[in-house]
Amino acid sequence: MNRSRRSKETINALLFLLPALIILLGFRVIPILLSVRMSLYDWGMAGPRAFVGLGNYLAVLKDPMFYKSLLNTGWYILFEVPATLLLSLFIAILLNQQIRGLGIYRTIYYLPVVTSIVAVSVVWKWILHPDRGVINYLLSLIGITGIRWLQDPRGLFQLILGARAENLPYALRGPSIAMLSLALMGIWKALGYNIILFLAGLQNIPKTYYEAAKIDGASRFKTFWKITWPLLSPTTYYVLIMSSIAAFETFAQVWIMTGPPPGGPLGTTKVVMYYFYENAFELWRLGYGASIAFIAFLIILALTIFQRLFLEKRVHYG
Amino acid sequence: MAKPSLRKLPIHLILIAGSLLMLLPFYWMVTTSLKTPLEALRFPPTWIPAALKFSNYLEVFRQIPLWRYLGNTVLITLLSLLGILITGIPAAYAFARFKFPGREIIFMGLLALMMIPLPVYLVPSYMILFKLGWIDTYAAMIVPWTVNIFSIFLLRQHIKQLPQDLFDAARIDGASSLWTMIRIVIPLCRAPLATIIIFNVISSWNSFFWPLIVTNSDHIRPLQVGLAYFSREQSTNYTLLMAATTLSIIPLIILFFIAQKQIIQSQARAGLKE
Repeated sequence: MNRSRRSKETINALLFLLPALIILLGFRVIPILLSVRMSLYDWGMAGPRAFVGLGNYLAVLKDPMFYKSLLNTGWYILFEVPATLLLSLFIAILLNQQIRGLGIYRTIYYLPVVTSIVAVSVVWKWILHPDRGVINYLLSLIGITGIRWLQDPRGLFQLILGARAENLPYALRGPSIAMLSLALMGIWKALGYNIILFLAGLQNIPKTYYEAAKIDGASRFKTFWKITWPLLSPTTYYVLIMSSIAAFETFAQVWIMTGPPPGGPLGTTKVVMYYFYENAFELWRLGYGASIAFIAFLIILALTIFQRLFLEKRVHYG
Repeated sequence: MAKPSLRKLPIHLILIAGSLLMLLPFYWMVTTSLKTPLEALRFPPTWIPAALKFSNYLEVFRQIPLWRYLGNTVLITLLSLLGILITGIPAAYAFARFKFPGREIIFMGLLALMMIPLPVYLVPSYMILFKLGWIDTYAAMIVPWTVNIFSIFLLRQHIKQLPQDLFDAARIDGASSLWTMIRIVIPLCRAPLATIIIFNVISSWNSFFWPLIVTNSDHIRPLQVGLAYFSREQSTNYTLLMAATTLSIIPLIILFFIAQKQIIQSQARAGLKE
């Protein structure tokens, strides 16, 4: 290849890349760099007021509300993600048994995935209504009454322990009933998405393995633990990471369903994203908001690396 | 044939029970939207509305500019999709087929950029849009979203797998890169392009956080933001809220039923590729 053709190819490539790179430069790269700068200033709507160095970061790390929002988010992830994972795996396995009507079931379970989170939140706020909601009506038929759902700030562990737990510190109270209500809706919304991923993963497992297991007379339980679970682990791992990140970014539910003020009752559903939104776009502490974003990003990054280091070892890439 | 289907009866029973739970919120949304306010608040509730009150839907249109919201969403969705295709196809083609210095580094840079979550660039993006005088304009909701890195990635993977002979033949014929892209690459990328279109339509149709922040006035709001504000203002007017919500999800539900196979396959494929 001669030199002039090569340089022509470089020019061509540049022209082809230019539109994408300009937009990315203007609306991703420059903002990210600017974000670093803003986080080092006391920056309000009118612009920078004073250079504060790492002051914003230290202030975030000293703010009890930050830790509260982190804890709330953590509880949400801890309850929503594993429950969605196990439930969707279970349903995917049922759907994978060559049953009739697979298409219909798949459609039904997938419907909430294409429905917007805003619409879903508006509807769930209504069906979870403590006095008029259909969920409490259905529960009343089997004798369960009085759950206040989105209005109940009491922690799960606090409720389980009863009177002994009156002075339990916040961190040990567990997710509030309000937060569990959001998690319940989260499971319903994410189920179909994970089912599709698991179904694809299950269909990738060669049938011969199952035939061999059958000849060996392995029980169903054993077949699952020795064949399905290890061979499905790349999918499980992917689902785990993606759902954790999505759960970390929970926001619309809180804005629409909780409070007033959002994040209630008693701040038990104030998640990290809402804490960020409140500081940056309601109190207009832009520099402070930028440092919250970086700290949150570092936490997500650390969690992902942690999952890589400790879980990926157990992932069996066929 | 009777025996195996009988054995699968418990599976069907579980799946049907699950399906009913999945559908319950949708059913409740639609039936509430057709009740009178009095009937909606009755407890124990009624499963079938006593009289179908379609006028709730007309009332929604009187209270909020729903057509306007819908038009805004359609405009934003289509224009950002157009942008994503115009910026994405040539970029993916260049990454897949051109040799130039720094190709791998730039590509890795894009992938790294994809990992950075929205809040990290949201605050300064707001400042930039503010300086440009774009706050509360369509441009603020469209221009920053006219590139989608994941779409570039998906397309690049596909174009890389196309046979080299095609490109050699085009070159021998003296075809320009632009001609090759339009006449050879695009027609051979139907499947990944369909995936990209579906994904981006769903995500911009449903996006909420960004438009919430960059808009102030009602007439410019997309459907999701309009509905969210309506739900705050009319927080106890359940019949109207459910009517508005039903209307807001109809377009995507229709799209879903039309392109269902595509959507589900695309999602499975995208999941396995990453």
